[in-house]
Amino acid sequence: MSSNNDTISKTLIVVVSLCLVCAIVVSTAAVQLRPKQNQNKLLDSQVNILRSVGLIEGKASPQEIAEKFEKHVESRLVNLETGEIVADCDKACAKAYDYRRAMKDPEQSTALDGATDVASIRRIAELAPVYLTYDEDRNLQSVVLPVHGYGLWSTMHAFLALQPDGNTIIGLNYYEQGETPGLGAEIENERWKAQFKGKKLTKDGGVVGLEVKKPGNANPDSDYEVDGLSGATLTANGVQNTFTFWIGENGFGPFLAKVRQGALNNG
Amino acid sequence: MANAKEIKTVLFGPVFANNPIALQVLGICSALAVTTKMDTALVMCFALTFVVAFSNLFISMIRNHIPSSVRIIVQMTIIASLVIVVDQFLKAFAYDLAKQLSVFVGLIITNCIVMGRAEAYAMKSSPGMSFLDGIGNGLGYSVVLLVVAFIRELGGSGSLFGVQIMPLLSEGGWYQPMGFLLIAPSAFIIIGLFIWVLRAYRPEQVEKA
Repeated sequence: MSSNNDTISKTLIVVVSLCLVCAIVVSTAAVQLRPKQNQNKLLDSQVNILRSVGLIEGKASPQEIAEKFEKHVESRLVNLETGEIVADCDKACAKAYDYRRAMKDPEQSTALDGATDVASIRRIAELAPVYLTYDEDRNLQSVVLPVHGYGLWSTMHAFLALQPDGNTIIGLNYYEQGETPGLGAEIENERWKAQFKGKKLTKDGGVVGLEVKKPGNANPDSDYEVDGLSGATLTANGVQNTFTFWIGENGFGPFLAKVRQGALNNG
Repeated sequence: MANAKEIKTVLFGPVFANNPIALQVLGICSALAVTTKMDTALVMCFALTFVVAFSNLFISMIRNHIPSSVRIIVQMTIIASLVIVVDQFLKAFAYDLAKQLSVFVGLIITNCIVMGRAEAYAMKSSPGMSFLDGIGNGLGYSVVLLVVAFIRELGGSGSLFGVQIMPLLSEGGWYQPMGFLLIAPSAFIIIGLFIWVLRAYRPEQVEKA
């Protein structure tokens, strides 16, 4: 190594040119691959919505996912406070809505205080997306709600698919969580998720009825009880809290009340 | 260019004789984090091998121009750029795996093996040999990771590469999975056992007390 490498001018030249080259390489890669990455993200959320309704089971090709989503699913935005579907937001506008960003943005979300924040999610967006799925004859088949809540280690995200009565569960699909592998992470287990099918969210009068029991204690004939996970009491509590919050009046409660009155059947 | 024997030592030496994880005990954190499944471990191995090989190559190419006062920063810039490029590619072409690997691809930047090889080898050697040294160390890292992942996935989930080998009790089979293998401390123990076996065969690796 020659000693004149250490002059100030040489140091500057090497550092600046290296940074330039690296910056160009990194930004080229990022910009060129961006569309493909965004498409992956979109497909990922679409496939999870379709899975919650049961329109896709197992693996599916990207074309199949996009096709089924286009054919069966309509995105809408709901004002959580009033429970009304935002009328001047059509399919394209709902599709462009970034829910995760809105949750964090102080202008589009409100903070929750300790008593109302059952699911420990801190903030809640004013508008939330819902997905309406239709069968071949354009009959409303299900309403899919995005829900999330804190478990033991992580925020657990799921799609909850309900029948048009707004009360009976078609499917629950946890798709993003960071719970303990082998214990709490079993909320992604198909067999565990399958228990929710056919259960009811609320009892008469709108009180939350769904109950995550200790493993083995749920009565299979009950409309409301599901088994928790052994070795994952806190994760199971998180699931219960997620339901309690999102079915409740701070979550999708007002919207679900309108659904039960038949708000979706007129349009 | 060096002779065939030297190439062989540089390329295959790090696999058992001078393994970066087992002998130098570098790069342990990712070995704990991504080894619950074979497929994530395999992708991590490819990513690390790629980064260490090319960072060695590029650093070696400009080694005679790097001012010694800023050499660590120069190395880090090259390594970080390569890691970001790899991360972007994974997000575009292997989205599911990239999601499972999450931050750990990004953390290759701080993986001691990459820095260690850049500083210890690439700064002094020709580009060709540095590249081979990178591949060799990547292989050494991969061997440990794949062994650990094999044991953890088979014992912890009864599967390999996501294919069920031993049907689980909860799915109606007979195998009660060892949950301990799925959490990070188990990797410590497996790596410890790996080092033990290796040093039993190669007593020259045992440090003097």
